[in-house]
Amino acid sequence: MSTPLTPVITEFWDRQDLYTLDGYRAVGGYTALDKALKTDPDSIIGQVKDSGLRGRGGAGFPTGMKWSFVPQGDGKPHYLVVNADESEPGACKDIPIMMANPHALVEGVIIASYAIRANHAFIYIRGEVPNAIRKVAFAVRQAKDAGLIGKNILGSGFDLDVVVHSGAGAYICGEETALLDSLEGYRGQPRLKPPFPAVAGLYASPTVINNVETIANIPYIVDRGVDWFRQFGTEKSPGFKVFAVSGHVKSPGIYEAPLGITMRELLDYAGGMRDGSEVKFWIPGGSSVPMLTPEHLDLPLTYEAMAEAGTMLGTGTPMVFDQTTSVVKAVTRWLEFYKHESCGKCTPCREGTYWITGVLEKFEHGHGTEGEMETLVNLCGQIAGRSFCALGDAAATPYPAALKYFRDEFEAATHTSADEQFDPVASYVFAAAGAR
Amino acid sequence: MPISESTREQMREIAGRYPSARSALLPMLHLAQSEEDEITTDGINACAEVLDITPAEVTAVATFYTMYKRTKVGKHHIGVCTNTLCGLLGGDAVWDALTEATGAGHNTASADGEFFLERIECQAACSNAPVMTVDWEYMDDVTPSSAVEVIEKLRRGEEVHSTRGPVIRDFEATEHTLAFPDDGLADAPSVDAKMLAGLTIAKERGMTGGNAQ
Repeated sequence: MSTPLTPVITEFWDRQDLYTLDGYRAVGGYTALDKALKTDPDSIIGQVKDSGLRGRGGAGFPTGMKWSFVPQGDGKPHYLVVNADESEPGACKDIPIMMANPHALVEGVIIASYAIRANHAFIYIRGEVPNAIRKVAFAVRQAKDAGLIGKNILGSGFDLDVVVHSGAGAYICGEETALLDSLEGYRGQPRLKPPFPAVAGLYASPTVINNVETIANIPYIVDRGVDWFRQFGTEKSPGFKVFAVSGHVKSPGIYEAPLGITMRELLDYAGGMRDGSEVKFWIPGGSSVPMLTPEHLDLPLTYEAMAEAGTMLGTGTPMVFDQTTSVVKAVTRWLEFYKHESCGKCTPCREGTYWITGVLEKFEHGHGTEGEMETLVNLCGQIAGRSFCALGDAAATPYPAALKYFRDEFEAATHTSADEQFDPVASYVFAAAGAR
Repeated sequence: MPISESTREQMREIAGRYPSARSALLPMLHLAQSEEDEITTDGINACAEVLDITPAEVTAVATFYTMYKRTKVGKHHIGVCTNTLCGLLGGDAVWDALTEATGAGHNTASADGEFFLERIECQAACSNAPVMTVDWEYMDDVTPSSAVEVIEKLRRGEEVHSTRGPVIRDFEATEHTLAFPDDGLADAPSVDAKMLAGLTIAKERGMTGGNAQ
């Protein structure tokens, strides 16, 4: 039997008033907060630890453990920062969560802040999505008006202020320490770790930074319990995931399912590939994780199985490309992105992304050489692990994976351009084009 | 033009949201841009004065972030995602059609000041590829002809709605929203069929996430 879908965060998205406090309350919203405020903060951290919830932003770090790293009784202010800078190519699940169910995020923010003893929380949303920003700002204001944010929340003695903050266009600010610099009003450039944010984060105080989807899980875990949560997923990847499927599939969109569902099952729910089309390659969670091929479609989408296959679950937002796609062109475009988004702090990343992109563009135009195929491998090796943050590692990711599975296309690109190898029009999704 | 006193007052209000005033710099720059249609020396100086830092420190920030423009944007900012997924699924063709229809190029405005075009990076709407933005509001699932139609409607002054968001205003209005996001437009429909794709199947087949136990 195939894995069923499990709408939890997405369960009531078809309610037009879900974004309002009344709508959210009508489906049980804010009952978790009520429960949480009657519980000792440490036991909330314990529950989240026991749930096994892992960060949904890409790295998959255990959330409860992250919370427990915040020193308690240290006399310093603590901060919760929500990373809502969703900009990873292929990732499109946090923005929908904020537009459809902003109160789940806000309720999670209040509970998480209470648990880590933060009296100030920030939701850092990328600036290019005003509609997500206004939805969250509206939800925060409604929660304030209802006494769910502010002084002495629901008579618990707990005070919290929540600020919705707009970014200004910088992928790097999705990196947690760059986000902190940006939130302090500086250029968003990563910090050297340690110290880790849990000890010295925002304003050099203990700070927890969590992804939107991670925080949106919290009310459901607190309300329904650890056992309920762990019935979904696997031992090492418990729970469910808001998967967002994109690419040459019939019905791209949001599919919430337990971790451990396979790509083949997800693809089936998404209507399969468009007519006359088959999977050429797919990427489980953003361009920063290595691509996979049809032979990997039956692997469970879990943190551990993806790692074993040499990739990562990442953001859990699979992009699926069919046979009309030029791998050379796809990889070149991703590297142009990393080149544009490198913050310039570390030389290997700043210079390396320029060099890789320059060489890849030669291949795209059919002018690469056999020797340059190896030059690119070398360049990637010079960047990976040699920069402060993971952007450099990410930039070194697409090419080696592409070369591993599609070496022949790079060889062909020593004499034939990507557009001659693959008619770009065939890859378009509009009616006149379509797969050939 | 020097930034008005009322805008400076709004800048101070934004600074008051944060434990440390400098945290307000990004939204303050959005506010400056909403008044001047770009980041000007006057805008930079006003931010510097309000925060009591140097104009050089503000400039360092303003030049780092892609959304701050150093030339006039004009009435509407038009973004086309040309990152891998959107680009290959048709964003490249949408881009070509829009450059032809407006006469503008990447990070430049059309001669009449109506449209400023930008090849944007991933807009977090990949299920709705190819994606276009108008004043940063979503225009999902566009084709070359539907994208040009949006431009023509705007040019004629007709009402245009975001596919997941409110009625299109203009670039400066969106920049103001980024500084003051509770802008009264939160009731715009923002959930489309693609966001409901999984839920719809689950309901048809009686699948649930399971309620409280």
